[in-house]
Amino acid sequence: MYPDDLRYTKDHEWVRLSGDRGIVGITHYAQKQLGDVVYLELPEVGRTLKAQETFGTVESVKAVSELFSPVAGEVVEANAALMQAPEKINSDPYGDAWMVALKLADPAAVKTLMDAAAYKAFVESESK
Amino acid sequence: MLLKTPLNAAHRESGAKMVPFGGWDMPVEYAGLISEHMAVRTAAGLFDVSHMGEVTVEGPGALAFLQGVTSNDVSKLVDGQAQYSSLPMDNGAPVDDVVVFRRAEGRYLIVVNASNIDKDFEWLSARGPAGCEIADRSEEFALLALQGPRAQEILQGLTALDLAALEYYHFVEGPVGGWPVTISRTGYTGEDGFEIFVPPAHAEALWKRLIDTGRSAGLVPAGLGARDTLRLEARMCLYGNDMDETTTLVEAGLGWIVSVNDAKGDFPGRAILAEQKKAGAPRKLAGFEMIGRGIARHGYAAYLHDDAVGHVTSGSYAPYLQKSIGLCYLPKEEATPGAEFDVDVRGRRVPARVVPTPFYKRAGK
Repeated sequence: MYPDDLRYTKDHEWVRLSGDRGIVGITHYAQKQLGDVVYLELPEVGRTLKAQETFGTVESVKAVSELFSPVAGEVVEANAALMQAPEKINSDPYGDAWMVALKLADPAAVKTLMDAAAYKAFVESESK
Repeated sequence: MLLKTPLNAAHRESGAKMVPFGGWDMPVEYAGLISEHMAVRTAAGLFDVSHMGEVTVEGPGALAFLQGVTSNDVSKLVDGQAQYSSLPMDNGAPVDDVVVFRRAEGRYLIVVNASNIDKDFEWLSARGPAGCEIADRSEEFALLALQGPRAQEILQGLTALDLAALEYYHFVEGPVGGWPVTISRTGYTGEDGFEIFVPPAHAEALWKRLIDTGRSAGLVPAGLGARDTLRLEARMCLYGNDMDETTTLVEAGLGWIVSVNDAKGDFPGRAILAEQKKAGAPRKLAGFEMIGRGIARHGYAAYLHDDAVGHVTSGSYAPYLQKSIGLCYLPKEEATPGAEFDVDVRGRRVPARVVPTPFYKRAGK
């Protein structure tokens, strides 16, 4: 539920570092809190995001949630297939349900985010 | 401090996601909203709706009193029959929407919305009941809703009562699984089904027996999330969302529960409701589906060109229909099927189209 190769935010996004790129999605805990996801809005390729900037919206049957970019970067890819099949956010949050790929302004910034152990502790404290 | 139904422990045991709802700690979903919704459309679902209130009106003056405080014609009821109705105010808007059950001559039970129990009880008490007693009996009943095309066969396995003979909006008292209950062929899902009134002490045992009995037929526990999407597909109004103390019954599309015949006599709002039934109301609660990508939600504004013309009262992704639907108050000339307008989805104007309702109607009904 908390893959070791990812970094996490308090808004329950994850980022996977790959060279100067960061792949972003939402966590297992986030999809569980949302319930059945039925709608996803992602940004256009080419958009530049600041850290914490809203980059899209995810909606379950009952809830609306904004997506926040964990780090700064330019959107070089958005998962268009996922917009057509947003239920994959529930079934495969760390795999098929990646949302955007960013060309990172500063790859080192990823390391300042929570690691798996810290995020696990954060979720456990939040769900108390 | 949230109120708990007698089934609270059972819900937690089965891993339900619990949320506060109208002051109650209620299950919003168990395995998942969409699977629960689909189970009710294709097999059966079991809901805990014990938060609903029950008020009795009893005495020789009960019928006359109820005729003067409700919108529908109570004299049409026979023993063992139920009627969808409301408690209207002078402006033609409801204090609440209710179901009136006639148990015997001079003995009525009214089922009211959870968040309106105190308000309704005070409203009724203040209307000067003569020859009858009004009592809040909400703590004497747990209420289970067994809904779906396989509801009858599942419930029949636990009772000798002939359920096939029980007509829509009728009820019968008798044992189910040995427990003394009242079974009513009513619901809030657009499917066939039953609502079962049971003493709180037996509620958990009955719940578990029903789940065990129905499992092989596809019965699942279903939460308030699926209850809301099911009722919306069937275009059933939710008090506090689709109608309230500012919307008349005719505007809400509930003119059919307003009786203005002579036998019914006078009641609050009769004049304005009679007029609106004849000439139409200036605005109407219209059903719509989204044309553009996006989901309309409660409270979003509706625009015609650049004019704000109304607001969305209920809006959701509809799991069975697999589209985004909603209800919205619109000026009457815009509230006809085919008319298009925009919904402001968090700053973005998304086109929507008025469609005929109900959005979903079960086969054979």
